Amino acid sequence: MYLPHTPAEREAMLKTIGVKSVADLFQDVPAAHRFPDLNLPPGMTEMEALSEMQELAFANSHTAEMVCFLGAGAYNHYVPAAVDAILRRGEFYTAYTPYQPELSQGTLQAIYDYQSLIVALTGMEVSNASHYDGATAVAEAVSMAHANFRGKRNQIVLSPALHPHYRQTVHTYHPGKSLIFLGEDIPAKAGPEALLPLLSENTALVVVQYPDFFGRLYDYTSLAQAVHNVGALLAVSINPIALGLFKAPGEFGADIVTGEGQPLGIPLSFGGPYLGIFATRKEYVRKMAGRLVGETVDNRGQRAYVLTLTAREQHIRREKATSNICTNQGLMALASAVYLSLLGKQGLRQVAELCYHKAHYAARNIAKVRGYKLWSTAPFFNEFVVRCPRPVEEINAHLLDHGILGGYDLGQDYPELKNHMLIAVTEVNSKQEIDFLVRVLKEVRHD
Amino acid sequence: MNFPTDLKYTKNDEWVRVEGNIGTVGITDYAQDQLSDIVFVEILVAVGDVVKQGDSCATVESVKAAADVYLPISGKVVAINEALPDTPEIINSDPYGAAWMVKLELSDPSELNGLMDAAAYQAAVESKG
Repeated sequence: MYLPHTPAEREAMLKTIGVKSVADLFQDVPAAHRFPDLNLPPGMTEMEALSEMQELAFANSHTAEMVCFLGAGAYNHYVPAAVDAILRRGEFYTAYTPYQPELSQGTLQAIYDYQSLIVALTGMEVSNASHYDGATAVAEAVSMAHANFRGKRNQIVLSPALHPHYRQTVHTYHPGKSLIFLGEDIPAKAGPEALLPLLSENTALVVVQYPDFFGRLYDYTSLAQAVHNVGALLAVSINPIALGLFKAPGEFGADIVTGEGQPLGIPLSFGGPYLGIFATRKEYVRKMAGRLVGETVDNRGQRAYVLTLTAREQHIRREKATSNICTNQGLMALASAVYLSLLGKQGLRQVAELCYHKAHYAARNIAKVRGYKLWSTAPFFNEFVVRCPRPVEEINAHLLDHGILGGYDLGQDYPELKNHMLIAVTEVNSKQEIDFLVRVLKEVRHD
Repeated sequence: MNFPTDLKYTKNDEWVRVEGNIGTVGITDYAQDQLSDIVFVEILVAVGDVVKQGDSCATVESVKAAADVYLPISGKVVAINEALPDTPEIINSDPYGAAWMVKLELSDPSELNGLMDAAAYQAAVESKG
């Protein structure tokens, strides 16, 4: 154990505050609970601890040693080495925006650049410094819409094709009866037009996903018009890579754009850290949660960055703030800013095109295998649903034997999609890998 | 610091000017001075709303704080200052004039008796230091 203070220093501190011993500091804790028996194993040396942790780590499989076709919200993209090299610089290596923000001009500039890139990507007017992940960003969109109408509109329409985990997070954030959620029981196959009959003057927000959870792409222009006709807001949850190729949600009238930023240079990891993208139109900026960095000039006329519009935030507005969370994923936002800067507009388009074409090659060839059928004929990006001849669990076990991480079992969330697998393809999947997947799927059919 | 004698005041630093059965509401010179540069105002009530004394009628935001404005009196909203959200800085320069926020048709004029006159409000402000 490493303790930074010497006994003399501790003595001096105790004397200053007028306490005899460290144990006296804990006298408010009942004596019986003061030093409970924790039943911990004996201490380890650094060498022993490292060896144990490595053993645990080696028990896991990771995408670098497998062929991965699993997506469903988190995607196996290539992360250029420069991303990690910049992240690991000591000046940046913290997950938080600093509490004395203007002292850290570099951190603020990185966030400002991130915000600018997200605004350009989504076609919106303002982006915050990010939230935890795509799921919490959707939950914040619900809070913002509710606050925008000052509680006078209490219905939230959630597309059934919005990621099931995101919807679960929305319900966790908004328990109780103050908000009424509609739309989730619509059949999964329905398109966005199925949401129209749910709109009314009580609708605060409609949330759709783009591409949707099943990979399908819809132009939400007419939905946006219908939503605006009843005076409500439209939120679109995006996959940022898709925006390298397809129309930005700002162009079809979205009021809020949220998304999972993981595909932008952030490695796959269970539990994160991931990145919650949140952008909106200027007229809603004061209802937006999260930190916001602005550019200004200092008293010598030099460019400088500041946290701006902080009176929105909960430490000033207290219980009237839209959200009581201002934490952002500073390090992950930086990763995505570095990723987007390295790729540039053309590079991002190229990644998106590779994903699109490889996914369509995979879909075409899987559909040729007897017993497998594409579930939808709607346009899609890099993910698609396949109806399988056997339970997905069984197929995935077989794929795993061949070193393939199979697709997402949709029956877990959608009972009507039993035996349906959601398959994701990215630029890292080679033609050989896709052909191998098709071959192994063919085998499973004969089992 | 300005304390016009034709107004009634609340302890939350709002003022009301009564003409006939119409009361005009805003925030005081002291309030704008405490908030410093005001950058945003949002009026939370609409013409026709029936509102009660103590209801929140506006939010004012400065570079360092956000504050709610509460109604000194009950009544029906007959006008809101539509120009104010576009020029929030006039709350700093003309708090008792151009920066009025809401006009109400009073439903209970006896509520005015519970408010402070200029001298009492000035004393209250001075006691805050």
